[in-house]
Amino acid sequence: MAKQKLVVIGNGMAPGRALEKLFELAPDAYEVTIFNAEPRVNYDRIMLSPVLSGEKTFEQIVIHGDGWYIDHGITLYKGHKVTEINRDARTVTSEHGETVPYDKLIIATGSNPVIIPVPGHQLPGVLTYRDLDDVHAMMLAAKSGGKAVVIGGGLLGLEAAAGLQAQGMEVVVLHLMPTLMERQLDPAAGYLLQKAVESRGIKVHCKANTHEITGTDRVTGVRLDDGTIYPADLVVMAVGIRPNAGLAKMAGLEVNRGIVVSPDMRSSDPDIFALGECAEASGQVFGLVAPLYDMAGVVARQLTGDATAAFSPQATATKLKVTGIDLYSAGDFADAKDREEIVLRDPMRGVYKRLILKDNILIGAVLYGDTGDGPWFFDMIRRGTDISEMRETLIFGQGYQGGGLADPMAAVAALPDEAEICGCNGVCKGKITTKIAELGLTSLDAVRAHTKASASCGSCTGLVEQVIRLSLGDSYNPAAVQPMCGCTDLGHDDVRRLIKAKELKSIPAIMQELGWKTSCGCAKCRPALNYYLICDWPGEYADDSQSRYINERVHANIQKDGTYSVVPRMWGGLTSAKELRAIADVVDKFAIPTVKVTGGQRIDLLGVKKEDLPAVWSDLNQAGMISGAAYAKGLRTVKTCVGTDWCRFGTQDSTGLGVKIEKFMWGSWTPAKVKMAVSGCPRNCAEATCKDVGVICVDSGYEIHFAGAAGLDIHGTQVLGHARTEDETIEIIAALTQLYREQGRYLERIYKWAKRVGSDSIKKAVIEDTARRRVLFDRFVLSQRYAQIDPWAERVAGKDAHEFAPIGTLGLPQAAE
Amino acid sequence: MNAMTPEWIDVGAESDIPLRGARVVRSAAGDIAVFRAADGSVFALRDRCPHKGGPLSQGIVHGHGVTCPLHNWVISLETGEAQGADHGCTPKIPVQRLDGRILLDAQAIARLAVPHG
Repeated sequence: MAKQKLVVIGNGMAPGRALEKLFELAPDAYEVTIFNAEPRVNYDRIMLSPVLSGEKTFEQIVIHGDGWYIDHGITLYKGHKVTEINRDARTVTSEHGETVPYDKLIIATGSNPVIIPVPGHQLPGVLTYRDLDDVHAMMLAAKSGGKAVVIGGGLLGLEAAAGLQAQGMEVVVLHLMPTLMERQLDPAAGYLLQKAVESRGIKVHCKANTHEITGTDRVTGVRLDDGTIYPADLVVMAVGIRPNAGLAKMAGLEVNRGIVVSPDMRSSDPDIFALGECAEASGQVFGLVAPLYDMAGVVARQLTGDATAAFSPQATATKLKVTGIDLYSAGDFADAKDREEIVLRDPMRGVYKRLILKDNILIGAVLYGDTGDGPWFFDMIRRGTDISEMRETLIFGQGYQGGGLADPMAAVAALPDEAEICGCNGVCKGKITTKIAELGLTSLDAVRAHTKASASCGSCTGLVEQVIRLSLGDSYNPAAVQPMCGCTDLGHDDVRRLIKAKELKSIPAIMQELGWKTSCGCAKCRPALNYYLICDWPGEYADDSQSRYINERVHANIQKDGTYSVVPRMWGGLTSAKELRAIADVVDKFAIPTVKVTGGQRIDLLGVKKEDLPAVWSDLNQAGMISGAAYAKGLRTVKTCVGTDWCRFGTQDSTGLGVKIEKFMWGSWTPAKVKMAVSGCPRNCAEATCKDVGVICVDSGYEIHFAGAAGLDIHGTQVLGHARTEDETIEIIAALTQLYREQGRYLERIYKWAKRVGSDSIKKAVIEDTARRRVLFDRFVLSQRYAQIDPWAERVAGKDAHEFAPIGTLGLPQAAE
Repeated sequence: MNAMTPEWIDVGAESDIPLRGARVVRSAAGDIAVFRAADGSVFALRDRCPHKGGPLSQGIVHGHGVTCPLHNWVISLETGEAQGADHGCTPKIPVQRLDGRILLDAQAIARLAVPHG
């Protein structure tokens, strides 16, 4: 039998989900064609805010990559807007003139942002917040800093405001209603939210009626009805969405606010389905993802001939995705006569909880500050649980039911199979446990792949992990993620992500917020956290020397007898008579027992007593030498050969380039040590091909290598790319180093990092994507501003002098007789 | 004089030692490491790891423990015992805090000089 032709107009999350379900139920029933007005694959629109705030990249929010379309034989027209549906001929036609016949058609054209038609709304610099193009436009505008006005204090508006502020803009939010997010929050919670938003430095103006957007060539500000003027370089309208039903209307389908569908999701033409934000079911239109995914499931089942599949709107829950603000609302929470409410306020902790009851059944919940019980309340709302038995303790949450603090595992164990775990993707507990048993899943990633649980916004990850642990018992190692150390269950990557996401800027803040199990960490996690903070908050974070390994604390390498070795920096391995003389004098003066040349072309002075260190450094400093950082998880050495200065084979000035690289990069802290080398020709006398980063000079320029090792492991380098000039070489190396600084786990060398994240992703970021390279380079330069301080000079000047002197000396008292 | 009666010697101010840090007291019986934990409590141990003699005063102080800088043994500041899978003990010196000063038991230090039988 020939396959039926299914055409989908729109490539958002709802049709993507419908197709996934369809392929699951009937992989070969349809030949599918998709028209997408946006020039890209299907991505997770819910996660645009983290993209805007810089916490995620577009690649991380793609739901279906190009491969998915190929695997399922889908024809995807990217950047094709459909202009006509011909219901008689049963074809659709795109603006580029492509006409495709259909047996069944899905309209999933989504919605358009509402634009308030005030004067000036068409000025350049006025944007909406709807898709990736809007996000890019905002990020571009934010680059030059300046002021932004966001019109609309709802979910999207606040997320946009937080994102723009994270990008460095000064932001004002204008909201028409007296309190923020009034559709999801009651006034009290709206007030708490406003305080939290304002405490982050975002100005909020409620009851603000926009009169006009000012400006002639481009936007300059916003004027309100009350005369207030806010200057603005960027105005974002985020006041709401409107179903995009124009195409359906032109085709003669029944359209009200949206495309009218019956519970089987068919429009007034039974061969045409409408799905997603453009559809109107039971007189309602929908904007949250859970009901849209429900619709998608119904469409898929109808397409495979299940006439019983029907959509009925359910209570929904919302979570604000602004980092650092915990807000959850579910169900219906408007005041009404027949309703009762239970309220808990804890101003000290900034917690507000309100439950709305009707006839002893929970129908709505608003949680602020402590949202952990949100899914539990939401489950009761959806199931209509009679709560009279637990009314007294209901508001304290699940942990207080049945007496005493239950452990979270018991709470999850108590959930019924139908309890929803993942709100975004509508995954219930039973589905997760069934899939685990059926397919023998053992990791979070596998569960995500097979059930979609926690695969969208990720806020239910903890819950999903508990379900897995419940199913697998102790055999579940939540650490396919290896915890950083015994002080936490979190892995390095999670900790790094949360440091950024929650803006944690000190070690105590991390331990508090991420629930460290020890009072002040251990010798494994503290140095790692100290590094992550230095890397992520350059200039803001004050180094915690007590969390540094001794070598980094005293800028020298401890030896087996408790003495230290000192290595002065010799740029590119070059030295001079003056430096050598100063070194010789120091050796004599302090009776240093051993002097040795290192593998990285430096001179090592071994056996220096700790209390002599500052004086040794002082003498070396006076001869112009600084710390060689031979102790550092940071840039160690750039080894060079003599290049065109002397060598008859040299193709470039390898010594000069090595010195430049070292002068540019010294002082930088990295996850583990970084050793570099520059060879003047492919004979490679500087042994650049077993370094973390190596350069081989050739006639046409510079071949940049990376990810070599010659220690416990031996690895030849891989070629990263080719540069034509010294400047380009340095830019690429700095960008590579910065990417490593941001992604590497503490103590993970470059070759291990490259193996873990994939060399291709690294090449893409620092070679192919020149814009990304530039951004990384700029961040490296910024961090160097705070890193290039010679620690020796600081110590000579008296910093932390206590470190080097004994606190006291005692004579030996007479041992008692 | 009774051998068990401590003879307290002032070795410095509490504030001379950074929190989560240590300083060394030199003595004829060898170096003593004086630690100050995050909670302000003060401990003193012989400055030699029971493993290979590493200077514990140079380690990272966490909780009431210190990690030796040479091979990462974790030594309890309260008992001087190696923690976890490692076995060994370094002598502990009684400490008293008085008006912001740190006092060590000189008798206990003196006993360090007596070779272990």
